[in-house]
Amino acid sequence: MSDWSRIAPQLLDATGETLYMVAVATVITVLLGIPLGVLLTVTGPGALAPRPVLHRVLGLLVNLGRSLPFIILLVLVAPLTRGLVGTTIGSTAAIVPLTVGAVPFLARLVETSLREVSHGKVEAALAMGARRRDVVRTVLLPEALPSLVAGTTVTVVALISYSAMAGAIGGGGLGDFAIRFGYQQFRTDITLLTVALLLVVVQALQFGGDTWARRLARR
Amino acid sequence: MIELNDVRKVFPARGRGPEVVALDGVDLTVRAGDFAGVVGPSGSGKSTLIRLVNLLERPTSGTVTVDGRVLTDLPADEVRRARSSIGMVFQHFELMDSRTAAANVEHPLELAGVGRAERRRRSGELLDLVGLGDRAQARPAQLSGGQKQRVAIARALAARPTVLLCDEATSALDQASTTGVLELLRRVRDELGLTVLLITHEMAVVKAVCDTAVLLEAGRVVDGGRLDQVLARGDSPLAAALLPAPVADHRVAGTLLRVTVTDTAPETHVLQVLVGRLGLDVEVAGGSVETVAGGRHGRLLLRVTGADQSGLDRALAQLRDDGSRVERVAAEVAR
Repeated sequence: MSDWSRIAPQLLDATGETLYMVAVATVITVLLGIPLGVLLTVTGPGALAPRPVLHRVLGLLVNLGRSLPFIILLVLVAPLTRGLVGTTIGSTAAIVPLTVGAVPFLARLVETSLREVSHGKVEAALAMGARRRDVVRTVLLPEALPSLVAGTTVTVVALISYSAMAGAIGGGGLGDFAIRFGYQQFRTDITLLTVALLLVVVQALQFGGDTWARRLARR
Repeated sequence: MIELNDVRKVFPARGRGPEVVALDGVDLTVRAGDFAGVVGPSGSGKSTLIRLVNLLERPTSGTVTVDGRVLTDLPADEVRRARSSIGMVFQHFELMDSRTAAANVEHPLELAGVGRAERRRRSGELLDLVGLGDRAQARPAQLSGGQKQRVAIARALAARPTVLLCDEATSALDQASTTGVLELLRRVRDELGLTVLLITHEMAVVKAVCDTAVLLEAGRVVDGGRLDQVLARGDSPLAAALLPAPVADHRVAGTLLRVTVTDTAPETHVLQVLVGRLGLDVEVAGGSVETVAGGRHGRLLLRVTGADQSGLDRALAQLRDDGSRVERVAAEVAR
């Protein structure tokens, strides 16, 4: 166990990389996924602004993004990553496939949340003279907020799991660390330690998200 | 004022189902300041009708005019603006759970671009008007059904509408809350000079608040008018719905007479003639009399015994000449 002093700083770096990848990917995913979820919802049949063709195309793209195994997606978006970041190696480069994988996931969850807002509330707003964008801004999003927070929490946890895979192709982070130090050097203790660390991070996030959602719902 | 002109609404076929004619050539006029009711069984098209007035539902054909503006001719953004002068109250309140009572009342004002200070002043004023001045910061989840509907009424009045639409506004409420909400609606109509259109399946609601009413059946207006006149006529479908005819047992001996009671044709005159002048035995076999639209209305079923039939007929003819509303009830053929 004398090598802990050697490993510890690297473990710290790996944790930092994971948090960095997940944090940036979460921000971008929320910024893209919520509007996409809104678009999916309002273009649906019988919704605020039905656009059957657009709705079907978006639905198809979202399903495609969600059905591809993440490891395949990593390879598929490599050209996009190179175009955006300049390289496909490293934590920053990993943010691109992470975001591409998480946006459709969140968009579907957002769509489900928004659809649960009763049509009666939407009609009440329309009867007050609301524009469609007013309905989204003052009814759909605020009424669905607790559910949106819960959906985002689920997405962040999925991002952590994706980020471990991104590590496998040079993204760094805890997944990469577990494979290089734990698996390849036959150090099961290091693998377990990494898993424990991931579990702590996931638990903390889930707890935080649940608490926030519950506080919003109790209003 | 609200005017529907030859309005039809056809919902297109869904899947293999047939198309549905919800409204089939409806004409309806509600004069400014009137409290009008639309009654009818479920499926008669009431909900569709009220949703046409602010164009939440567009008619397939026909015109909708509110306060002299033909809404069906207006472009979408002007319809939207016109809607802010038409308040609406719903069966299930439809308050925003994410907003306090005050913020719910301010919602339409926000949409209209009213500044924060003015919104706050107005919501305070309206919550006072509906008797919830002390619950401004309560969330809908903390309010009772009756309180929620009061907040919804305050919200509907926030943008100073001239017309108020009530879609089964009391159907989800218990008796006490219903009475309170109806009193409130009547009071705001009086104080603010609103034109109110209310749809309901509860006849008691119409009798409690409406000046005029129409009866809708299978998408058509089958009867209607000012409530006092409809009830005085006695024999119309709407009158029958509002004041159901009493049921009597025909197997008991005697002649059954139906008396329609109004302030101008009270039952007292009939009784005076039958009992006082002719000396007949008269008992009340059924019926009810209540005060509706400020007047007494009702139907009584009298059982007369010991009468010489031709003498009775002459007396009835005389009573009808005097203005009384009395007729024999034909005995059902015994099986």
